Amino acid sequence: MALRQVGYENRSFWRNPAAAFFTFLLPLIFLVLFNSLFGDSKLTIDGRELDGSTFYVPGIVALAVVSACYTNMGMMVTIARDNGILKRVRGTPLPPWAYIFGRLAHAMLLSLLLVVIIVGVGAAAYGTDVPTNTLPGLAVTLLLGAATFCVLGLALTAVIPSADAAPAITNATILPLLFISNVFIPLQDPPEWLATVGDVFPVKHFAAALQTAFHPDTTGAGFEWGDLAVIAAWGIVGTVLAVRFFSWEPRR
Amino acid sequence: MSELAVEVRGLRKAYGPVVAVDGIDLSVRRGEIFALIGPNGAGKTTTLEILEGHRRADAGHVRVLDVDPARNDIAFKARIGIVLQSTSIQPYLTVEETVEQFRGYYPAPRPLDELIDIVGLDASRTKLVRRLSGGQQRRLDVAIGLAGDPELLFLDEPTTGFDPAARRGAWEMIRGLKALGKTVLLTTHYMDEAQALADTVSIIRGGLIVAEGTPDELRASQAETVISFRFAGSSADLPPAASAATIENGRAVIHTTDPTTALQELTGWAKGRGEALEGLSVTPASLEDVYLGLTGDEAQ
Repeated sequence: MALRQVGYENRSFWRNPAAAFFTFLLPLIFLVLFNSLFGDSKLTIDGRELDGSTFYVPGIVALAVVSACYTNMGMMVTIARDNGILKRVRGTPLPPWAYIFGRLAHAMLLSLLLVVIIVGVGAAAYGTDVPTNTLPGLAVTLLLGAATFCVLGLALTAVIPSADAAPAITNATILPLLFISNVFIPLQDPPEWLATVGDVFPVKHFAAALQTAFHPDTTGAGFEWGDLAVIAAWGIVGTVLAVRFFSWEPRR
Repeated sequence: MSELAVEVRGLRKAYGPVVAVDGIDLSVRRGEIFALIGPNGAGKTTTLEILEGHRRADAGHVRVLDVDPARNDIAFKARIGIVLQSTSIQPYLTVEETVEQFRGYYPAPRPLDELIDIVGLDASRTKLVRRLSGGQQRRLDVAIGLAGDPELLFLDEPTTGFDPAARRGAWEMIRGLKALGKTVLLTTHYMDEAQALADTVSIIRGGLIVAEGTPDELRASQAETVISFRFAGSSADLPPAASAATIENGRAVIHTTDPTTALQELTGWAKGRGEALEGLSVTPASLEDVYLGLTGDEAQ
């Protein structure tokens, strides 16, 4: 029952041009843009030297997961709530968890597919390494990150008053973080307060953990336990808030 | 098993200081079409949503199919069908996919083809929901309400916004549900709809039931007859039995519970003036009149 729900979410998603474009194509466009502009430059992050493309592939992977999970959830679930679609489902015997599972699993599968495409394009066009020894670290980071950003997106819907406000609020909460979290631009000596703000939120830790997994010099399995702990903490906070405040009824 | 599909005693619900439902009783028998009729804001939707399990009552005894709907249990939801006041269906699935999706939620769904056929959407099976007209979406909404083959179907204003032909079609469909042995509890603010469909009509106003009965009983309870004829003067000129007449559009209109006396006086009065009562009409009160009389200006 829950698995079939994933299938229906998937079909709906691909037939909605706006959702498919913003969630799917935008990260790919950014990947090409940033790599074309800065791919050949040498960067130094946290004292480690790396190619521009080695920075941008994990950066765009982070962006893709955030947009497929956090942004997608925040917007689409709010719209479904405001249209009364959630209420309609709540009146059927489908268990609420199964509906939410359908949404979550779809978003996570979507981000996984995006990651595969991004890594493939990165390797083919920009010569970035495909992680091998760090694959376990990469997989755990991706799963944990995707799940965390999904539940944070769900929790966010509780403070979004209406479908009209959904794009503005989701983007306003996530875009600034993407800029200060080594996703779009490598931060070279940022002001301390900005670095601190970035450290508090999960995006920077997610990007950092991914950088490690993608860096060719990384030895071992590629786990960044410190970063993963921060992401997991946010995941727990998000889950608690979502369970407590999530609403199935349209707001009036 | 109780012979009542819905049993409500002393139901109350307030939103902050606003009392939406102020202690109502309802008894819906199994297999009947029951219409809850009233103006906007009378408490119809609140009542329905409590019976569906979407809202909790503040007070009162509520049993739907012998279950307390506030318990929100899955087995109960498999036995009811809900069509909410506003249509809400995923826009990017086809008609067929949508019905199939909802069928998948129920333990013993009705066959797909039958559901699409009942609501007359055969020609639009592979259309995306967003490409359907408003009326077609509403019918699809009914189809998914029926997907689980419910014992009891809630229809919240099923025909609001329909053109007359579509309304007739919807009525046929709802009568068809009764023929299948379903219990239907619908709300409406059209009296003609209640009259055409319902076995029992309950009129709600300001959170209170102001009248209940079969359409015939309701009409009989308000045993008024309407007498009217062409008249240009003022009501002061009319005989005593007609002194309460209203003059509108060049006609005198008299509501009376004693038409014999009124007519006798009127004909005598007219003959005395050497006139005829031109365009005379004598009609029993319609349910619409009963309804407007009971709900007052709010219904207009």
